[in-house]
This record gives sequence, C-alpha cells and structure tokens, in this order.
Amino acid sequence: MSKESTYIPRNGFAKWFDQRLPLPRMLHDNISAFPTPRNLNYWYTFGGILTFCLVTQILTGIVLAMHYTADAGLAFASVEHIMRNVNYGWLIRYIHAVGASMFFLAVYVHMFRGLYYGSYKAPREILWILGVIIYLLMVITAFMGYVLPWGQMSFWGATVITNLFSVIPVVGTTITEWLWGGFAVDNATLKRFFSLHYLMPFMIFGVVILHIWALHVTGNNNPVGISVKDKQDTVPFAPYYTVKDALSLVCFLILFVWFIFFNPNILGHTDNYIMADPLVTPAHIVPEWYLLPFYAILRAIPSKLGGVLVMGAAIAVLFIVPWLDTSKVRSATFRPLYKQFYWIFLVNCVALGYLGSQNPEGLFLVASRICTAYYFIHFLIVMPVLGLVEKPRPIPESITKAVLEKLEIKNSKEEAKA
Amino acid sequence: MKNYAHFKIFFLVFTFLSFYLVTTDTHAAAGEQKRVEKHEWTFSGVFGHYDNAQLQRGFQVYKEVCSSCHSMNYVYFRNLAEEGGPGFTPEEVKVIASEYTVIDGPDDFGEMFEREGKASDNFPSPYSNINEARASNGGAYPPDFSVLAKARSTERGFPWWFVDLFTGYQEQGVDYIYSLLNGYKEVPEDFKLQDGMHYNEYYPGNQIAMGQPIYDDSVEYADGTNATIKQMAEDVSAFMMWAAEPKLEIRKKMGFKVAIFLFVLAGLLYYSKKKIWSRIEH
Repeated sequence: MSKESTYIPRNGFAKWFDQRLPLPRMLHDNISAFPTPRNLNYWYTFGGILTFCLVTQILTGIVLAMHYTADAGLAFASVEHIMRNVNYGWLIRYIHAVGASMFFLAVYVHMFRGLYYGSYKAPREILWILGVIIYLLMVITAFMGYVLPWGQMSFWGATVITNLFSVIPVVGTTITEWLWGGFAVDNATLKRFFSLHYLMPFMIFGVVILHIWALHVTGNNNPVGISVKDKQDTVPFAPYYTVKDALSLVCFLILFVWFIFFNPNILGHTDNYIMADPLVTPAHIVPEWYLLPFYAILRAIPSKLGGVLVMGAAIAVLFIVPWLDTSKVRSATFRPLYKQFYWIFLVNCVALGYLGSQNPEGLFLVASRICTAYYFIHFLIVMPVLGLVEKPRPIPESITKAVLEKLEIKNSKEEAKA
Repeated sequence: MKNYAHFKIFFLVFTFLSFYLVTTDTHAAAGEQKRVEKHEWTFSGVFGHYDNAQLQRGFQVYKEVCSSCHSMNYVYFRNLAEEGGPGFTPEEVKVIASEYTVIDGPDDFGEMFEREGKASDNFPSPYSNINEARASNGGAYPPDFSVLAKARSTERGFPWWFVDLFTGYQEQGVDYIYSLLNGYKEVPEDFKLQDGMHYNEYYPGNQIAMGQPIYDDSVEYADGTNATIKQMAEDVSAFMMWAAEPKLEIRKKMGFKVAIFLFVLAGLLYYSKKKIWSRIEH
C-alpha cells in the first residue's frame, strides 16, 4: 500500500470510477499485482486457507443462528432440530463444528511456520502481534461456541473456565458472577456467550484486515528469510500464488471433507450429546483438542492462582517473541542449533496436548510439569541465548540466487542419476 | 544433514513409544471394566449404509421392550419412512403411529384429550416427567434414546484414538451398547453388589441400575429371525444408531461425491500450477 501503484484504468468508466473511489486500484495493487517472493513453499499457503476457514465459519454460523435457540431449556433440542428437521442442517452444523477444528489446525501450522522461518522478526513485529491477537480471539470464540449446544461438556467446560477468574484476589468472585450474570453458569451465561460468539468473529475479521495490511506494508517473509532486493526476487501474486494457494486449499478441503462426511464426531467429546445437567459432573472434564496444551499447563501448577497466571503467560509470551529471539538471521534453514530446538519445542507442544487429555496424576503430572517448564525455557532462555552463541550458516546473496542454487543442485542430482 | 533426519526419526519413534507404554500401563491398572470389542456394522466405513431389515427388527425390539422405560423424544414417526431409515412405507408408518396414544390439546373447552398418534408426532414418552421416571426405576433415570448411540463411548487409548482419525471409526457408541446388552453376567463371588443394582461386565464400575432387558425370545420377530440375545442386541443397537444419526447414509453418499469432485479439482489445479510456474525458474 505504500508502494507505487501499477494500476492503469482500461476504459473511460474505470478511469472515472478510479478518480472517485480507487477500489479497483487497491485490489489490483494488493492482490493481482502484489509482488510476492518467488520462493514461497506450501507452508506459506495457510494464510489463504485461514481466510477461507474464517469466512466458512461466519457463513455457516449465520445460518445456524437462524435455527438455534439460546435458552438453557431449549438449546440442546434446537441443535437436534437442526440435525434432523432443517434442510441440510446436519451438513451446516458438521461443517461449523469440524470447521472450528480445521481452523485451529491451520492456525497452528501457520504459527509454527512463522516460528521456523523467523517471520516475527523486524520489520514484521506488528504483523506477528496482530496474529497473536487473532489467535487469542479465536480461542475465546471457540470456547464460547463450544458452550452453545448446552451438552455436558459445554456446561462443565464453561464452569471450569469461568471459575478460573474467581482466583483473582479481592474482586475474583465479583468478576465471575458478572461473567455468569448470576450465581452459577445458567441461562444468562448461555445467552451472553451466544451474543459474544456471534460478535467476536467480526472482531477477528477486523484484525485479519489489519494483519493483511501489515503484511502488505512489509511484504512476505520467505523460506530463506532474506529481504526482497529487486524485481527479480518477486512474482506477481496472480496467477502464481493464486493457483498455488488454490491447490493447497483444495488439498486441505479433502481433509476437511473427510471429517465432515465420514468422521464428524470424532473431534468432539461424546458427553456433549448428553444434555447439560448441573447435578451430574462428568468423569473427565476436558476441552477440545486445540486447547489441550494450555489445559495441561493450567493443571501442571499446584496452586490455582499460579496455574491461571502461568497459562496466561503461555500465550502472553508469544507477544514478546520478536524481542526474545536475538538472532539476526530469520530462517531456521541457516540456524543449525535453533532448527534442532525448534523440533524439540514442537514435540513438546504435542506432548503437552496429549498430557492435557489425561488425568494430572502420577507420571502424567510429572511429565506435564517438565513439558510446561520446557515451554517457557524455549522462549525465555533458548531463544535469547541461541542468538548470541549460534554460528549461522552462510546466507545466500539474494532470493533469486538461492532459488537458482537449489535448482542447480537438483538438476545435477538428476543428471547423476541418469 | 543426514544426521538431523536420523535424530528426528529417533525422537518421534521414542516419543510415540513412550506414550504407548505409559497409556497401556494405566489401562491395565484400571482393570475391572471389560474393554469393548469392535463389532462389524453395515453402516461403518466410507460406503456404510443401514440394513433396512435390521432397523425394522431393531424398531420392534425398541417398541416391545425398551420403550416401556426409555423415551425417544427427538424422533418422529415420519422419520421411519424417510430415506436412509428402516424403509417403512408412509402407509405403514400411519398404522404404526396409530397404535400409540398421544395427549393433545387443549381443545375448545380447555381440556387435554387423548387421540391416536399421527406420522407427524414424536414418539411419546413412557413417563410424563423425569421425576416420575426416576420414581418408577429405583431413582435411576432411563436415558432418552434419541442421541444415546452418539453419547456413549469406549476408551480407545493410544495409538487407537490417533488411528481412528483416519479410519473413520465412529461406532464406539453402538459397540458399547451392543457389548452392554450382552454383558449381564453372574455376580462374581468377591464382588459386593448394592441393592437394586445389576452386574454388567462393560458398565463403568460394573454396577448398573437397569436389569437385564432382553432374554432369548423376548420378542417374536415379524420376519422370523431367531431372536437370540445377541441378535436382538445387535438389531436394537443398529436401530439406536439410526435414531441418533438418521442422515448417516445421505451424509456418506454425499461425502463420496464431494471427495471425487475435490480430487478432480485438485488434479486440474496441480497441472495448472505446473504450467503457470514453468514460466519462471523455481
């Protein structure tokens, strides 16, 4: 948006329109002609996939809201009404429910991509922070959405999470009752969660626009992590990346469709098909899979207040990642040590997710404490120290050089084979 | 470079293996509750579909045995004639519905009245409210059948919960119900059973309030099938799966078409991408 425009109006009307509202000019400069590094791999297609996920969730959500009833006595039955009596209601609900999981799957790929290629480093700090804000909003929205069917997990999940606020000294109980709109999770809670669950996706949409704006100011990072130097380093977004993003999206949709049509309930908890009952506590209260790592962190800490603070810190630490990483080199490709720690960190996060699904006792508790500690060690110690002690591998002169070098190696290998 | 790959593979294998060992260990310790076996169902898998005759038999078991205690509030008589269901004709459904008595009203004089059921009615509850249901069943509430097959599960453990993601195993609930119906056994000598409870191998804690509901020849099947406990348990479980997921057949059929469309589209996009990117070195 700060670059010079390459838009040329094709006819008189386009020129007339451009002088009054340069919308086609903006679309041309920011989509069709937007200069994009020529070396982006498929991990870079998840931004497009995430946009698709957000739009899908909003559209299916609007239709579901037409048939859903936000009332503690009627919500569960209204969901079954959608599943049985509304035309294709089952399809729309399964898209929405599976869609939430797919959204998180994509956002985790997107975030880990950013961590690998150092996409948070200058000048992209704001871009990264906006991304963390989007993720945080997603977590809150997904949590509230899970409450709406008013099943057992909805009710007890809401009870556990809202109760976390009660540990705040002095005002904790007041805040919790204010959130509930009463003295327990009840009808008033369900109604406000529905209202906010409808509102927040539009807030996410707003931050996504800022996220894309920030992206278009600095331009994309890329797998070699060096800045674009001249025109040779880039290709116009269309058709190069429109076709690449589309191919990646369709492959992602195949996985999406697998869950919608053949495995729609496996990502949810079966207890949520039992209507909420404040008198019966489920044997295990667990959140959806995408929040399990944080749940593990929460329960790893012996004190309730401590657990809440450390869990909050696990997300808060993401905001300062751009300043924790002291290395000048962006891409892990040229950072032999960071690369190893990156994979250990990834496995650690998956392990935390698994531990979040288990009862915090015995070996599981010990393991979740170790993994929680390592989560913070990675950000607070490994990241700052590595930048100082690590000797990066030689970095290519330019993106184009890197592409051509790689091509040469590939060709010579093929020749050797032949 | 190669060392990295070895390291990564070692790390992954090590992690998976330790997960597996840790989880299997705790399951062995939990003991008591018998692990539910996977059963063969016509409706499992990508091409799964309901067996009409089985659903009709299952409906008969529900009507003659289960429905005296268990409601099925979200299922309507008309559903019995819908695509992907037991395959009754609309005429048969009218007859089935008319055998039930439904409370309707108020009429013009403000009185509630009884009438014959219609296809547009839902299955009437055996009790007028939960308290009555509890009072009649020693304090235990017989759960509603509408979504029960989706509301029950079996502990799968690692690595099966991961494998299930890609095999499409969605029959945990029916497998559990089928096992439960076959799980009534003599009380072991060292087991202390509470008053009014019944021993079942598959129920968590092995004490279930529901007495054994079906015995050999509890029903006389209209199609002449031999009514063994196993047969009836299988039929009524399948019927409950249909009640919980009446669109399963339509869903799987549509999913297959959508998947084919996406595979073709992906192929076309793959070649378009190849062609477009051949213009520059990459």
